[in-house]
Amino acid sequence: MIAFDEAPVGTELPTRTFRVTRTDLVRYAGASGDFNVIHWNERRAISVGLPDVIAHGMYTMGLAGRAVTDWLGDPGALVDFGVRFSRPVVVPDTDDGTEVQVGGVVKRALDDRQVVIELTVTSDGVKVLGQARATVRLS
Amino acid sequence: MPLDSSFVGRSYPPTPAYEVGREKIREFAAALGDDNPAYRDQAAARALGHPDVIAPPTFAIAFTWPASQQLVHDPELGLDFGRAVHGDQKFAYHRPIHAGDRLRSTVIVENIRAVAGNDMITTRIEVTDEAGEPVVTTWSMLVVRAAEVSG
Repeated sequence: MIAFDEAPVGTELPTRTFRVTRTDLVRYAGASGDFNVIHWNERRAISVGLPDVIAHGMYTMGLAGRAVTDWLGDPGALVDFGVRFSRPVVVPDTDDGTEVQVGGVVKRALDDRQVVIELTVTSDGVKVLGQARATVRLS
Repeated sequence: MPLDSSFVGRSYPPTPAYEVGREKIREFAAALGDDNPAYRDQAAARALGHPDVIAPPTFAIAFTWPASQQLVHDPELGLDFGRAVHGDQKFAYHRPIHAGDRLRSTVIVENIRAVAGNDMITTRIEVTDEAGEPVVTTWSMLVVRAAEVSG
């Protein structure tokens, strides 16, 4: 676990890059129970005005969460976690799919050894999550 | 037609208990490519002070989303789900969810507002354990796009 004194305001979390393919979306659909067709069927995604199949917002949020919990060690130390889904993560039907990058910085220190982490989440150079923040309790 | 704002404050009866299974947690973690031992290995989870393997931070969506269908498909509200997109999501954790938990979800309509012809509806879900103690609170905002979209 990260100690409160080791993570002053301005501390940067390791930037993470996650590869996202159609297979990942199908697996996430099964695990989460979200079978919305726009996450696996190109024809239907395009028919509702999307450029292509897009990732589940909650999948992208899950990847953003990994950047925090991998840094923390104990995922149980999360106090709150919120995001706004500002832009879709477009996942083309290629072997490489696309990438989601997650960066984070300690923005504020609170009472009770808690800190607020602000996350920057991009895909293809575009910010896909807004107001992405997690509060964590450090040791 | 805009959503009826008199729905704000309405709550639905708690769901039957959802039993959190170890293998479901592993499956969910694997779908995120997450090999944190706290999700997979009981001994590792106990070493961190948890009674059993714990669930990833976004796991609650797997049972709170079905719970929210009570509202989404409430004929009185008349929400057109085909036009809805997930706008934002927040979780406040009172304690980690762990395997063996039996959790009930109570869906509450927290806010409805219209912005530029789109409806934005925020639901809060209070998740409690068998003792009635709070485990996690979630907020989900859906944007329901206006029926007549040009271009």
